[in-house]
Amino acid sequence: MKWYQKILNFIGHINRGKFGVDELIIFKVIKVKLTNKKRQAIAGYLFIGIWVIGFIWLTLYPIIMSLIYGFSNVTIPGGSGVRIQFIGADNFITVLNDIQFISVLQAFVLQLLLYLPLTIIISMIIAILLNQKIKLRGFFRSIFFLPVIIASGPIMATLFGSNERLGILSNVGDEVPAILESLLPVFLANFVGDLYTHLINILWFSGVQIILFLAGLQKINKEVYEAASIDGASPWESFWKITLPSLKPIILVSSIYTIVMLSTFSTNQVLFRINVVRQQSFGQASALAWVYFLVVGLVLGVVVFLLTYEKKTVEKKLLMEVKR
Amino acid sequence: MQKTNHFVLSKTRKLLLGKHFSDGLIFKVLVYFLLVVIGFVFVYPILVMLSYSLMSLEDLINPMVSQVPSSFYFNNYVDAFRALDYINVFIQSLVVTLLPALIQTFVASLIGYGFARFEFPLKKLWLALVVIVYMIPPQVYMIPRFVLFNDLGLLNNIGAILVPATFGQGLNASIFILIFYQFYKMIPKALDEAAQIDGASRLYIYFKIAIPLSIPSFITSFLFSFVWQWNETYQTFIFLGDGWQTLQTRLAIFVSAAQGNQVTIIESAQNEAQAMAGNLLIIIPMLIVYFILQRHFIEGIDKSGITGE
Repeated sequence: MKWYQKILNFIGHINRGKFGVDELIIFKVIKVKLTNKKRQAIAGYLFIGIWVIGFIWLTLYPIIMSLIYGFSNVTIPGGSGVRIQFIGADNFITVLNDIQFISVLQAFVLQLLLYLPLTIIISMIIAILLNQKIKLRGFFRSIFFLPVIIASGPIMATLFGSNERLGILSNVGDEVPAILESLLPVFLANFVGDLYTHLINILWFSGVQIILFLAGLQKINKEVYEAASIDGASPWESFWKITLPSLKPIILVSSIYTIVMLSTFSTNQVLFRINVVRQQSFGQASALAWVYFLVVGLVLGVVVFLLTYEKKTVEKKLLMEVKR
Repeated sequence: MQKTNHFVLSKTRKLLLGKHFSDGLIFKVLVYFLLVVIGFVFVYPILVMLSYSLMSLEDLINPMVSQVPSSFYFNNYVDAFRALDYINVFIQSLVVTLLPALIQTFVASLIGYGFARFEFPLKKLWLALVVIVYMIPPQVYMIPRFVLFNDLGLLNNIGAILVPATFGQGLNASIFILIFYQFYKMIPKALDEAAQIDGASRLYIYFKIAIPLSIPSFITSFLFSFVWQWNETYQTFIFLGDGWQTLQTRLAIFVSAAQGNQVTIIESAQNEAQAMAGNLLIIIPMLIVYFILQRHFIEGIDKSGITGE
């Protein structure tokens, strides 16, 4: 045996035991009888083990540390290694008094709540358009997917502007008509005033969703539509009764995708603020990040709950009809 | 006479509205109109960038020339090329994009295979965590990870990107794991069992049966990983710092530096034109990749089964 084989052998090797049941011997002390189930478990963990280690080391541990940072004063005295001083909820109180952060967070949540339904509806409509019998479908599809390929932080800043400068697309519809302001709450009035810019923004963020919906539409059996049309259903009716219910899982997936993308995209002002604070105090930045995490998590939770809850009631209705 | 009139009327009506409206001419025209208008939204900014970046100084200050430059002027590209230190930084960008993408794809396929093929304790928990990790904003774990990497000496070099990719915690890794998971679940287990009876080991089955079957998933995952990594700026800013520049970070620095220095409107317009040229220089490599391989991008999503079954 070569040296590395000896080491491997020491760590673990398989002995053919009595009655034909193999035994795994680890460090020459621990003996495990290898049933089929255990074999599977070991093989499974050999494959996903790297993820489990990575998750605990690079994600779970930092998340817990970040919560601890949030409650303490963090300094890096010698360039490496941290000193953590517990100071209670001070950081979180500072965060709640950080007007800049609260205002960008508020703006972000409003934007998220307005963008999410619009993104879903618009990408669904575009997917339905693309699903018609048209020429050049492939061409249009690849044009609509373009944003996914080129939308990076600096590029989006060029298109939609940043704190420092105006973008190519951002100088349209700047002025909010006075009538709108008297009729609607301020944020809605602003939103309607900038509708054009917002629509373009939404379109630029819906490349993946369009493809997801298109894939979903193409999986619906065409015979169902034929049967419905023979029974006298109009296209309008078959949209509501066939298309929409079969797209439900995709609506859920796209909603999650949209929320995650909007909340982590690098032009996001909240992230910008966290990054600014990070340069002054790790503790405060961690507290900011946690508040942000909780807010995004709350939105995600509510959206997922609403979308899956509805599904259950529909299933119940179907069951009732079958019983009748 | 009246009969033919009626006939013509019903014919035109059928042509315009069709049997169900959705196969009529009006509907078709509407569909094409909408598609062209929406398509224009995506193409317009690129055209603006292109025309702006080709304008000479005279065109930039001439109010008569607003959209199309009077003649093609390539010096903005030369300047942007120099400001971005293009060839050098391009290679750095490529390395810091290509390596993580390759590693991440391979690791995701390993993990996805593990989840799809084996039953083991806590499997449901880990699978749920894969999805949850995707939804957690990176900002939450970024700072402690920064400190961790600082202690390990991984900051400001490519290790800060490669280590997470190797452990399945890279950029959007969860999506790729799920793509492979869905794919391997579709392959019948009988294939594995047959090979096992013939005496093949698990690893042999994975390398000789699973990987060749999942080449399309590999291509899709690799391409998306590649494009997302190329366009990523937040993490590269934090982890790579000055140690390893990418075109994206270099452009962002160039733009904000130009913001600080500009004195006159002319200079500002010139900087803007150079920035546009820089933008295009960053977009063009990805556009080339996309238009050569677009089939794999789009059909990849169709086939990957990530659409929620």
